[in-house]
Order: sequence, then structure tokens, then C-alpha cells
Amino acid sequence: MLDIKNLKASITGKNILKGISLHVKRGEIHAIMGPNGSGKSTLASVLVGREFAEVTEGTITYMGNNLLEMSPEDRAKEGIFLGFQYPIEIPGVSMVNFMKTAINEKRKHLGLEPLSASDFLKMMREKKELVEIDSKLANRSVNEGFSGGEKKKNEIFQMAMLEPKLAILDETDSGLDIDALKIVANGVNKLKRPDNAFIVITHYQRLLDYIVPDVVHVLYDGRIVKTAGKELALELEAKGYDWIKKEVENNVVA
Amino acid sequence: MNGVSDITEKYLRLYRENIDKISSLSSPYINSFRSAAFQRFSELGIPTKKDEAYKYTNLGLYFDHDYSGYFMPVESDFVKAEEFRCDVEDLDTHGLVLLNGFYPTINEKLRQLPSGVWIGSLNEAAMKFPDLVEKHYGKYAYSETDGLVHLNTAMASDGVFVWVPEGVRLNKPVQVVNLVQSEVDTFVQLRNLFIVEKDAEFSIIICDHTLAPKKFLTNAVTEIFVGENAHFDLIRVQNEHNAACKMTHTFMHQEKKSITSSNNMTLHGGLVRNSTYHYLGGERAETNSSGLFLADKWQHVDNYVNVDHAFPDCTSNQLFKGVLDDMSTGVFNGRILVRPDAQRTLAYQKNNNILLTDDARMDTKPQLEIFADDVKCSHGATVGQLDDNALFYLQSRGINKREAKLMLMFGFAHEVIQNIRIEPLRERMDNLVMQRLRGELSRCANCVVKCG
Repeated sequence: MLDIKNLKASITGKNILKGISLHVKRGEIHAIMGPNGSGKSTLASVLVGREFAEVTEGTITYMGNNLLEMSPEDRAKEGIFLGFQYPIEIPGVSMVNFMKTAINEKRKHLGLEPLSASDFLKMMREKKELVEIDSKLANRSVNEGFSGGEKKKNEIFQMAMLEPKLAILDETDSGLDIDALKIVANGVNKLKRPDNAFIVITHYQRLLDYIVPDVVHVLYDGRIVKTAGKELALELEAKGYDWIKKEVENNVVA
Repeated sequence: MNGVSDITEKYLRLYRENIDKISSLSSPYINSFRSAAFQRFSELGIPTKKDEAYKYTNLGLYFDHDYSGYFMPVESDFVKAEEFRCDVEDLDTHGLVLLNGFYPTINEKLRQLPSGVWIGSLNEAAMKFPDLVEKHYGKYAYSETDGLVHLNTAMASDGVFVWVPEGVRLNKPVQVVNLVQSEVDTFVQLRNLFIVEKDAEFSIIICDHTLAPKKFLTNAVTEIFVGENAHFDLIRVQNEHNAACKMTHTFMHQEKKSITSSNNMTLHGGLVRNSTYHYLGGERAETNSSGLFLADKWQHVDNYVNVDHAFPDCTSNQLFKGVLDDMSTGVFNGRILVRPDAQRTLAYQKNNNILLTDDARMDTKPQLEIFADDVKCSHGATVGQLDDNALFYLQSRGINKREAKLMLMFGFAHEVIQNIRIEPLRERMDNLVMQRLRGELSRCANCVVKCG
């Protein structure tokens, strides 16, 4: 589904990603872990097409297409979703109008008729129940005045509405209490299907108590320095990131 | 500066030429203010950029022009004016039509609604209710610096009068449709007086339209008295063509525990200046002063707000927004005065503007003068482009860039529109603003002028 080869990217001239290769198949959950500043969020930004991250080398193929040539909105319409680390507040734009526009743009792209008002509202209701978000949130302006936890839950709600093929969750767990964390994780688990995939970017292991990854990657200094099964996350939790750093430095010396 | 400017001289002459005719049609009480006001006007003159409150607004383009100064419409014009219909669906109001600032001669000039509220011609009211008019007329409209307020007092003869007696609650709003229609370039001066007595509740919508492709200049003064514990909402919808200049001066006097709002929706117009003066003249009074404008081409929109906290425990909120396209220009000047006795004042001010081009320009200036020590005041102003992060957030959900920009601009404007409590009007404003932003409505709704 997603094939990243030797990806290098910089932000304002500074090299952040220094050659990343990653292969994600349908039905898989990949966790990307790593210390602060290792390039996790930059990778997410490149995948969704933020302009500030400049790709200098490498390729990304998504469902057989060159992802780097697609506009952010086309990527979304082709099924890529980013759960933002810091969701944006947009006063004056209602959640209902926002979601209705997004869904109908996608349907138009797929050659489908727009949803009727009643079908749309029914869909809103179902997805709200699925991800257990407060129904009042959906009546407000996008993220306006939401607490940190509410914003993250709202990302999961949008994900449920848009039914992406590839969802990237960028530190969706940061700043969440345990109850909110469970709601976010449950949302992911309920939306997981054999034909979609998730990339869960996280600093801590605790989200992975609830979302069980198939593969865990450690990103350090712009490179994936270790890839293993879910047990790697536990090891990181127990030992921290220092041993990885040492290993990398030793390798460089060797 | 010695002597009188050439521009001011034009208006002194206009006064001298027309004053006999104007006075002959007006009530003695209204006439009794004229000569002092004229004297004051001749001292202050037409405001120039040297006046602090007009620093960024050049009136010369519209004021340096020869207008017909007095144009009492004939009956057939009033008949035509009455045919003008507001096209806002489901907006249920008590309607009034003014033509060039005059109240129609064809219907009853003053009428009483079933609830006991009187609406109609100010000039007529001055004769029918002399005590009431004498108690309020000329008591709130005053400016140390703005000659235009005095020019209005000197020359205006009619406008809308509303009297909401004590305890009366009028659920259905009154809607004033201000039409300007003339074969010649015309200077219109109108004068409104709204009296909302103790415990009363009332809202009014004032809609401005121009119906002929001539150059028009309107200088309007509105005095509003809001009694103890009364509620009052004022909504202006300004939709005039590009050769029209609209100057409004609104003076709202509030007694204790009264709650008011003022909302200036400026959708179209060549030069628009709204000066809104709020006097919080009793404890625990509250006012919400807001405005939204959309400007393009060479349009210029200026909102001047003056909130005077004279008593303790009052609250004021200012929210003004502008969207400026092409080479349009805008001004916001918001003054908050907290007098020494006005302890525990809450006064907030927000002014946000979006410039859509490099040629558009916005000048914004807060002016806080605080003489009490136990006060919460805040102000914030922004002038900028659309928020890139918000734009990307929408794009990342599959919304294309053009649509995402529209949504953001609409959301920006909607924050002001959502304060309109009359639902059909709120929906209509949302609709008009969306059309305007989409470029589907480059003229006023109802346009017959096609000023381009």
C-alpha cells in the first residue's frame, strides 16, 4: 500500500530525514517510536504534503501512485488521513459543515452523489457513538474551545467519518489521560480492517498497551535504526532510548 | 488654520440656501437647535485627516462635490418607494420606509402598533408628543470634535421615531428601509430618535439601499435612549452602490441594568463610516458593539466606536471584523473610556481583519483611557492573511484549496453574524456573505444600479 524508499527531507535547509525506507501493507499497524527531534512528525508532514517539509531525495509510492506529486487534498481523497498532533481551532466553521464538505468532496472524487442531509446526519450519529465522543462537540465550531483530550477525540471522530485507507496518527496520545487514551485506542481498534493500515507515531509505549502494532520502528536522527515486533516497544519502555542511541553511535564508529 | 475650508464652505452655503425651506416644514422644537448647531459646525467644519478620529478616512472624494441639498420627494416617489420590498424570506417585521431621509406623506405619519409602541415620522412625533421629544431630542447626540453631528442637527428635519413605553416588549422587530432615489446627486440628512423605556424590549433593523446611479451622500444621526433594565438590539445592513457615501453617527444612552447590542453589517458601499457612541450611564449596564464589513475595489469602510463607562459594574464587548479585497481600505478605531467612578468595569475589544491582496490596507487603532483601578480591559487587533495552518487542516481532509479558503473566510465573518438573534436575518446574512465571498454577488442584493 505504502512504499517509502530512501526518503530524505529538510526543513529550512536543515536535513531532518536522512534516508528512510518503510513498507506498509494492508491490514497492518506500524508504530513509529523515537526520542524527541528524531524526525517523526516531519515524516508525517511529508506523507500528507505539508509544504514546509522539502523532499530532497527518495520516492513514496502509495497504491501504485507517486504520492509526492499529489496535492494534500487529493491525498486525502485517495484515503490518507493525518491525526494532527496539534489540531487547529477554526472559529465560525461548524463541525457539521466541515465534515459534510469533506465527505462530499471525497464522494465527488469517487464519482458518487453527495450524501443527503438525513443520511449525513445519520452517519454523524453512528460515528459519534462508535468513537464515543460527546454529541455536543459536533455542534460546535471546529475544535474551538475544545480541551486537549476533546481535540484528539475529534481527530478520531473525523477519521471514523472519512474512513481512510491509510491513517497516520501523530502523537495522538500526547497529553491524554488514561480514559481519553482508551477512547482513542478503541476508535483505532474498531476502525481497523483487513483492507486499511495505520501508522501510529508515538513517543511513549503506553498507547501500544491498547493498540497492538504488527511492526515497531525506532526513528533516531532521521533514520529508522531498528525494526522489530511489538516486543520492541516494551523494551523501549523498560530501557528508554539511550541504549538505541549508543548502539547507533557504536555502529557509526565501527 | 484660519478661516473655513472650501469644502466646509459648500455646506455652509447649502445650509443658508435651504434653511428657510427646511425650517418651515419642521417642528419648532427641532428648529430651536439649528442656529447653535450651525454655529458649532462652522467652527469645526467638515472633518479632515487632521482630525484624529478621521485620520485614515479621506472625506474629500465625496464631500468636495455639489449636491442638491434638499430634496423633498413628491407623492408619486413615495408610492414607488413603498413598492420596494425587502426580499429576506420569513423575516416578519413592522416595516417603515424612508425616502431620502423623509417619511412618506401617503400613509399615516405616525402609527401605534397593537402592543402600544409608536413608530413613524420624527417630525410628526415632535408635534404629537412634544414633552417626550423635548425630553430626549438633542440630549445624546453631541461631539466635541465631529462637525458632521452638528451639521445634521442644523439641517435634518425628519427620520424615524420609535417610542416603546415602559414595560412593553415588542417581539417582532421594526425594520426601517432607507432608500435613496433621485435624478440628481443628492445630500441626504436624516435624524432618528428611538426611546426604549424602563423594562421594555425592542429590536430594530435598519437597511440602506440606493436606487439610482447618482452620487449620494448621507449623513445620519440616531439618538437612542434605553431605560433601566430595558433590552435593545440595533442591526444595520448597509448595501449601497459604489458612488454612495454613508456617514452614520449613533448615540446610545443606557440607564442602569439595561442590555444593548449594535451590529453594523456593511456589505457594500463606496465610503462608509459608522460612528457608534455607547454611554453606559447606570450601574450594571451592558453593551455588545459589533460590525462586519466586506470591501473590494476602491471601497473604504471605517468603524469608529466610543464606549464610555461612566458607572460601576458595567460590561462592554467590541467585536469588529473586516475582509478586504482588491485595493479596498478599512479603518477601525475603538475607544474605551473608563471614568474614575466606574470600578469593576469589564471592557473587551477585538478587531480582526483579513487582507486578500497586497494592495488592500487596514488601519486599526485601540484607544484605552482608564481612570479607575479595579478594571478588566483587554484589546486585540490582527491584520493578516488567512491562517495557513487552518487552511492546511481543511485541505488535509480532502477539501480543495479554493473551497477551504472560502470556508475560512466565511467562518471568520460568521463569528460576527452569529450574534444576530433574528434567525431569518442571520441566515440571510450568512447567505449574502457566502455569495459575496464566492464572487457571485459583486453588487448589492436587489441592485438596480449596476455600479460594477
